[in-house]
Amino acid sequence: MIINHPLLGPRDSAEFTYLGDASLIDRPDWQDKRAASKFYEYQYLRDNPAGQHQELWYHEAGDRSWLVVTRNTVTHEITKVELARDVAKARGRSK
Amino acid sequence: MKVTGKNSGRYSALRLVKEALINHRGWKPAWRNPQPKKEYDIVIVGGGGHGLATAHYLASKFNITSVAVIEKGWIGGGNVGRNTTIIRSNYLLDGNEPFYEFSLKLWEGLEQDVNYNAMVSQRGILNLIHTDAQRDAYRRRGNAMMLNGADAELLNAEQVRAECPFLNFDNNRFPIKGGLAQRRGGTVRHDAVAWGYARSADSYGVDIIQNCEVTGFRIRNGKCSGVETSKGFINAKKIGVAVAGNSGKVMSMAGMRLPIESHVLQAFVSEGLKPIIPGVITFGAGHFYVSQSDKGGLVFGGDIDGYNSYAQRGNLPVVEDVCEGGMALMPMIGRARLLRMWGGIMDMSMDGSPIIDRTDIGGLYFNGGWCYGGFKATPGSGWVFAHLLATDKPHRTATALRFDRFQRGYMIDEKGSGAQPNLH
Ligand SMILES: Cc1cc2nc3c(=O)[nH]c(=O)nc-3n(C[C@H](O)[C@H](O)[C@H](O)COP(=O)(O)OP(=O)(O)OC[C@H]3O[C@@H](n4cnc5c(N)ncnc54)[C@H](O)[C@@H]3O)c2cc1C
Repeated sequence: MIINHPLLGPRDSAEFTYLGDASLIDRPDWQDKRAASKFYEYQYLRDNPAGQHQELWYHEAGDRSWLVVTRNTVTHEITKVELARDVAKARGRSK
Repeated sequence: MKVTGKNSGRYSALRLVKEALINHRGWKPAWRNPQPKKEYDIVIVGGGGHGLATAHYLASKFNITSVAVIEKGWIGGGNVGRNTTIIRSNYLLDGNEPFYEFSLKLWEGLEQDVNYNAMVSQRGILNLIHTDAQRDAYRRRGNAMMLNGADAELLNAEQVRAECPFLNFDNNRFPIKGGLAQRRGGTVRHDAVAWGYARSADSYGVDIIQNCEVTGFRIRNGKCSGVETSKGFINAKKIGVAVAGNSGKVMSMAGMRLPIESHVLQAFVSEGLKPIIPGVITFGAGHFYVSQSDKGGLVFGGDIDGYNSYAQRGNLPVVEDVCEGGMALMPMIGRARLLRMWGGIMDMSMDGSPIIDRTDIGGLYFNGGWCYGGFKATPGSGWVFAHLLATDKPHRTATALRFDRFQRGYMIDEKGSGAQPNLH
């Protein structure tokens, strides 16, 4: 698979390591009343879809940026690559 | 031994002779091809090794024969026909080892039980040791195995050399310092396992329904009353799901999210060679394992590709990685030509161990999370799942394989790598 890095252009997926579902960006608030069950869902449960999947890749052998890759898990086709920073900011994660 | 031979007849040497005399005109299909009935006591979703084994044990051990196995493709077309056929019970943790040893014992009597030649071959498995720390870890593992009634034997480098002289003992980075052997481990003809269980279950009256996809569950007031399929609705008192790599997809139809990701694992077979590899050998410094099939092909594999996938094929970086492992361990493999390679979809759980449990939905039971090691578990999984479906209680070897272990902090994490499925 070739990942079209937003800054570096097309790179071999072998340069990256894979973390998993991009929902891992949405870390629950530890002070939430339901924090224990929210962290359980966050940490352990997955949608695991057959089809479109947004996922976190880390450019370990490159510029060490985190990317959110939108990929089809049935065909391996990659349709969108964003900097995870931008995605997190858009979701109001980090300022 | 109750395989009645009602449908395909008992297989024996005598039968073979008789058939030879009548030009083999008496053989019957090994199982029927029935249309689904309106209702069953138990419907099993998934005609892989685990689903078919469950049906066999439900009928033969728990006397429940109003059972259907619903398979979307053909039986044996999933992972049971795609794996590298290794069986073993060399686990460390208490939640796992009694279960896998129970399963290995069932392999030892499988062919007599189902009256089918599954080519169970206890040629042994050898996990190589490359460092002192690894020797300590394997000694501990071997002791844990023996405490659970399994066999284990720690070998030094000379003993390994006597058995496998072709290995690269003097690799500068990863010299071979010994190995942990389980002599009762080995390989089994994978398709024959599916066929043997199918034939046996069928002869008890179990309906094996192929080319029939489960497309939904009928759930009212927290209770499941049957499955929607491409051949219509089927009522069932209980439904057991055993769909391996498709677990996430199928259980989402019941509104469940699982502690599971689907990943692709590749396997490789070389051209046929003269016998050279005595059993199963695993490299301890990288991920590579190899055995030799009875036809002579070297059967080998390594890591999963590492990203979510429902495609039954992988990518080239892992091919390279696996072959590098092979070259480091046994350089002679570089002379063999690769004949075939393929992929299968693994139900990778968050701690690397399986789940055999009830769900919060009445009448709906789940069996999955097998990762890349569920073939060896086939007989045990079938028995234990049948036990759960028939009695509503977990089998004594499966009390730890629960859904809620993640929430309660009782993970069974053999590798200690945490909730990161691609590292298990
Ligand atoms: C390359 C590879 C190598 C492996 N090597 C080993 C090994 O050496 N040792 C080992 O122990 N394990 C190994 N495994 C793992 C092992 O093969 C699996 O864990 C095990 O086979 C899974 O159980 P199963 O046989 O029931 O799965 P499957 O055979 O996959 O059965 C599941 C069935 O469910 C069906 N299904 C899915 N969705 C639906 C639906 N909606 N409706 C109806 N039916 C449905 C599928 O078509 C499939 O036939 C390997 C796997 C692979 C891919």
